[in-house]
Amino acid sequence: MTAGTAQTPILKIDGVGVTFADLKALQDVSFDVAPGEKLALLGHNGAGKSTLFKCVLGFLKPAAGRITVAGDAPGSNHARRSVSYLPEQVAFPRMLTGIEIITYFARLKSVDPREALPLLDLVGLAQAGRRRVGDYSKGMRQRLGLAQALIGKPDLLLLDEPTSGLDPVSRREFYEIIDRVAQEGAAVLLSSHALSEVEGHIDRIAILSKGRLVADGQIKTLAEAARLPITIRIKAREGQADALRDRFGGTRINGRSVELSCEPAGKIDLVSRLTERREEIDDIDIALPSLDDIYRFYSNLAEKGDAA
Amino acid sequence: MSPFTKIAAVASIEFRVALRNRWLILATGVMTLFSLALTFSGAGGLELKAGILTLAAASLATLSVYLIPLIALLISYDSIAGEVERGTMALVMATPISRGALLAGKALGLIAVLAIAIAASLTISSAAAIFAYGMDMSGLAAIVRLGLTGLLLGAVFVAIGLMISVASPRAGQAAAVAIGVWLVATVLYDLALLAGILADKEGVFTKALFPYFVTANPGDAFRIFNLAGLENAAPVSGLDGIANTLPFSPLYALAGLFAWLVAALTAGYFQIRRLTP
Repeated sequence: MTAGTAQTPILKIDGVGVTFADLKALQDVSFDVAPGEKLALLGHNGAGKSTLFKCVLGFLKPAAGRITVAGDAPGSNHARRSVSYLPEQVAFPRMLTGIEIITYFARLKSVDPREALPLLDLVGLAQAGRRRVGDYSKGMRQRLGLAQALIGKPDLLLLDEPTSGLDPVSRREFYEIIDRVAQEGAAVLLSSHALSEVEGHIDRIAILSKGRLVADGQIKTLAEAARLPITIRIKAREGQADALRDRFGGTRINGRSVELSCEPAGKIDLVSRLTERREEIDDIDIALPSLDDIYRFYSNLAEKGDAA
Repeated sequence: MSPFTKIAAVASIEFRVALRNRWLILATGVMTLFSLALTFSGAGGLELKAGILTLAAASLATLSVYLIPLIALLISYDSIAGEVERGTMALVMATPISRGALLAGKALGLIAVLAIAIAASLTISSAAAIFAYGMDMSGLAAIVRLGLTGLLLGAVFVAIGLMISVASPRAGQAAAVAIGVWLVATVLYDLALLAGILADKEGVFTKALFPYFVTANPGDAFRIFNLAGLENAAPVSGLDGIANTLPFSPLYALAGLFAWLVAALTAGYFQIRRLTP
């Protein structure tokens, strides 16, 4: 089981299903998020991430299953006080300034605006507070969106592809803030369509594919469970490539190289056999399955399930 | 914090956005120009049977029926549909503000825009008339009455505009519906009533039903209430002749306006509760 389950989860999603006309947008999705936990919800466009967020916010009523936010129904007053939301394409009235936006949302969340305004500092917008949002860059709007989401120390942060459109530096700063907020006890559920983007920043991932949850766990656990082959590329000495291919199998590529693949468990054995032939070998490259390979593996599971 | 703080927060943002989008200055400018023009053109052949402001109130009552609903619909049609389309509404609706408070705040902010436009335009034109022709106390009372009931008329159409905005999936569609509503309410409805009278030739429609049909229309109710208040002091024509022969107190016309306001806000409330941003 996952790290946070000892605590009462702040978000409980249990067997949720949503159908639009004849499209099953979500089918039997279940997972929990505990206080202080950072969970990334991964999926292609149209996998059902935004639909799930809308259910958690109470905008959509699931046809099946049950969601509770801080013990209450989504959309209830208590639930809305506990959740903060940052939509994928965050937008604010263009004519208002950053300070006005933060003051406005503080009032909507029953928080003293004087307590909320320092958040502009935190996200690096202190200088831009008096400028109109219409003049902000996309990254600045996203930071303002984050400041808005942090007003009133929410128990659950719901971030829909929060770092799309951010440059690498802003992205790092963004995750530093998320880390700090999670350390203070907030649960963070963020969506993304690339595993490589969230790696190192989150505790756990859940993968949605075609409306179904196909994986839920730590990246390391999921990578091991997937048993994806490791690729070993050997660069042969002059004239030795064919001999190596005959001995170890694999495929010849671009002139002097041979590519082998093996199970994770067979890696050490294969490498030691290779070193016995080191006079025939110029160089060895070992490529572990990439995060995107792991992600693709789990995403494709659902598609194979459909075909069966 | 009470729900009133949140309503006030929404109202103040709505007002600021209208201010910065130049709606306030536009509404005030247009209304001031028209009220100045009507005030002084009414004074043209001034054989003062009635005071200048009384005459102005009569012609402004007729003009406001077109202008106030138009401005009210223009500032309100985008208020919700536009926010949903631009994606700003989802954030607001995710916060712990009730849908009713959100609608009330938006209505109040927009009504405040109209209140300033109406007050400024009537103050400027009346002050100019008093400066040019001297004081007219009963006319001044008529102008105040015109301003207050004009604000009520504006509130009715802000509520109707918000209702349209909540029910429309796109701002463009809301605009089309709003213009349609304006045409029906201010022009086509009255034409239909006139056609009814011509076809009916003093029958049941003309004698018994017509006054009720006229007061059922918010614009006509506003005009009739104001013209009835002038007590024959100003010349009236067309449909407005009914102002002097109403079979019931003109206060019912005012009650009709309130009923429209309540009905439109109630309908908007039930719509906004079902809205998915």
